[in-house]
Amino acid sequence: MNDSSQHSTPGAPAGADASSAYVRLSHLSKKFGDFVAVDDVSLDIRRGEIFCLLGGSGSGKTTLLRMLAGFERPSSGRIYIDGADMSAIPPYERPVNMMFQSYALFPHMTVAKNVAFGLEQEHLGRDAIRRQVGEILDIVQMGTYGARRPHQLSGGQRQRVALARALVKRPKLLLLDEPLAALDKKLREHTQFELLSIQQRLGVTFIVVTHDQEEAMTLGQRLGVMNHGRIAQVGTPADIYESPATRFVADFIGSVNMFEGQVSEEGADFVRISCSELGCQVRAERSVSCAGGATVWTAIRPEKIRISRQMPAGERGADNAARGTVREIAYMGDMSIYLVQLDSGKMMRVTLPNIRRGGERPLAREERVWLSWHGSSPVVLTE
Amino acid sequence: MRWRPSGRQLIAGIPILWLLVLFLIPFLIVFRISFAEVRLAIPPYTPLISWQHGVPSLELHGAAYAFLFTDPLYVSSYLYSLKVAAFSTLCCLLIGYPMAYAIARSGAAARAVLLMLIVLPFWTSFLLRVYAWIGLLKNNGVINNVLLYLGVIHHPLALLQTDFAVYVGIVYSYLPFMILPLYANLEKHDVTLLEAAADLGARPWRAFLAITLPQSFPGIIAGSLLVFIPAVGEYVIPTLLGRTDQIMIGRVLSDEFFENRDWPVASAVAILILLLLVIPIMLFQRLEQRELEAAR
Repeated sequence: MNDSSQHSTPGAPAGADASSAYVRLSHLSKKFGDFVAVDDVSLDIRRGEIFCLLGGSGSGKTTLLRMLAGFERPSSGRIYIDGADMSAIPPYERPVNMMFQSYALFPHMTVAKNVAFGLEQEHLGRDAIRRQVGEILDIVQMGTYGARRPHQLSGGQRQRVALARALVKRPKLLLLDEPLAALDKKLREHTQFELLSIQQRLGVTFIVVTHDQEEAMTLGQRLGVMNHGRIAQVGTPADIYESPATRFVADFIGSVNMFEGQVSEEGADFVRISCSELGCQVRAERSVSCAGGATVWTAIRPEKIRISRQMPAGERGADNAARGTVREIAYMGDMSIYLVQLDSGKMMRVTLPNIRRGGERPLAREERVWLSWHGSSPVVLTE
Repeated sequence: MRWRPSGRQLIAGIPILWLLVLFLIPFLIVFRISFAEVRLAIPPYTPLISWQHGVPSLELHGAAYAFLFTDPLYVSSYLYSLKVAAFSTLCCLLIGYPMAYAIARSGAAARAVLLMLIVLPFWTSFLLRVYAWIGLLKNNGVINNVLLYLGVIHHPLALLQTDFAVYVGIVYSYLPFMILPLYANLEKHDVTLLEAAADLGARPWRAFLAITLPQSFPGIIAGSLLVFIPAVGEYVIPTLLGRTDQIMIGRVLSDEFFENRDWPVASAVAILILLLLVIPIMLFQRLEQRELEAAR
């Protein structure tokens, strides 16, 4: 291992030192023939944080991770880990370990041998290896399974062994490729929180690749949303959900109602957008720098829309209120989803929490309703 | 009620019947002849049951087996056959493993062509291919002539009728039987396991020894058995290419049968070859079974 650990701060709260970029990607690109898998990505990842790379299949997130691990050579650009240029360093010399999506446990070795494998490459003494293997297996609560073979374990147990094997060398940077994808939903939630606690305990920097936005939101302190090999937006989960930078991000994270419109009025702290599909003016309490008359998109999250029988009071005139008819109601338990058809024919998605148990349904199908939202809710997007 | 076989019984019954009629019964006949004695008659061995004064008596003679262990020709032929087969198997493994590995790691299009090339020699008669080696190896054969022409040697090398020629012949003939099962095994390997090993700090050679090699064990055993077993009893290759002062056991068997007309000794030789082969095969297969269970 050639990382310098003299200024490491184990257990430090993530993002405490914003200036220290532990992993720096600089104009990184990867081409497979004519296909550009990763396109000029520059990114800083801080020491001790959990950074989630989120994207659909073919977005380049896995290629990016494989370049960090050293399995793929960048076509251009550089990777720095702790200040050292990793571009020409083979995977077996990088201070990085990876947890594979398939777990890639060695089928012919016991759990203990699997975990010991990384330490054996460093020619540690047998006692030291046994002690460290025991410690890490205890941390992932697999201490009594050392003599088993991978095929004798359940999916969740394999996941823990894979995590232990990747952590046993105490890497400063752990790469996780879809760490929870192979687990069922209940186990996934449980494991998520366990991953977080282990990460905080060991002070490791995590880079997680996932296509599952829920996983990314709960695990990641910061997210990088990838699309077509590029980073579309980097930010905290709340940043990305509440202030998406592009239509792609708004649409990819959560569900959203999106309307095309023209800027009709620009104030100091608001814009007014006329939207033919909505049948009303949208007044957004946010200034976007765009010329009057320019085409923009308004995005409103389903949970930020109120639904009522009477015309809502308090909103200025006909701003931020639209009429429609309830077409579908989907009861989800904790909430209900309403599909409301606006008078323009456009469907709008609204979610309401089911606050009262067994309460009467507030609305029925085919009922005429008003939809309204606060001026802070719409996000105005120019691209 | 009449018994009517089900489809499953019918399908299982055909190979059982085949083995019974064409393997087990002939084996029992050979086994029985090995305990008879030679006599000048048709058939040329004593009957199993002889009638003396109306009383049947069983005639079992161990003379054929005793003879095998008293004449050093047989013991040395057995040992020589084992040595030739073992060394040939090792050579096939050392040559075949890298080839199988390369094929398993090549692209889909190249793979089909390479596999085709491995199987291609079978399109020519086995006997013809061994004869061709005589033309290559003999004193005024292709190899000697080329070396003489190039000035590397000044007198022809004695290549034919040596151990070397037998090894060349056996390795050449049986290499595909090593490569194909090895390829079938290596082709199934998960490449991410090697990436995981590299990620954990193993250099490529270490990763090969720790991950690929142990997992290819079933393929190594299958290929080795497919080479070793026929090589022990090989008759054609040592007869055409090999030494005249040291013969292999397959040749001994044929000589006893056709030249000496000593059917009991020929049968005893055959039975001992079988024992010699069955024991290591059973050990190997037990090991293979264990490996297979572990790899699942």
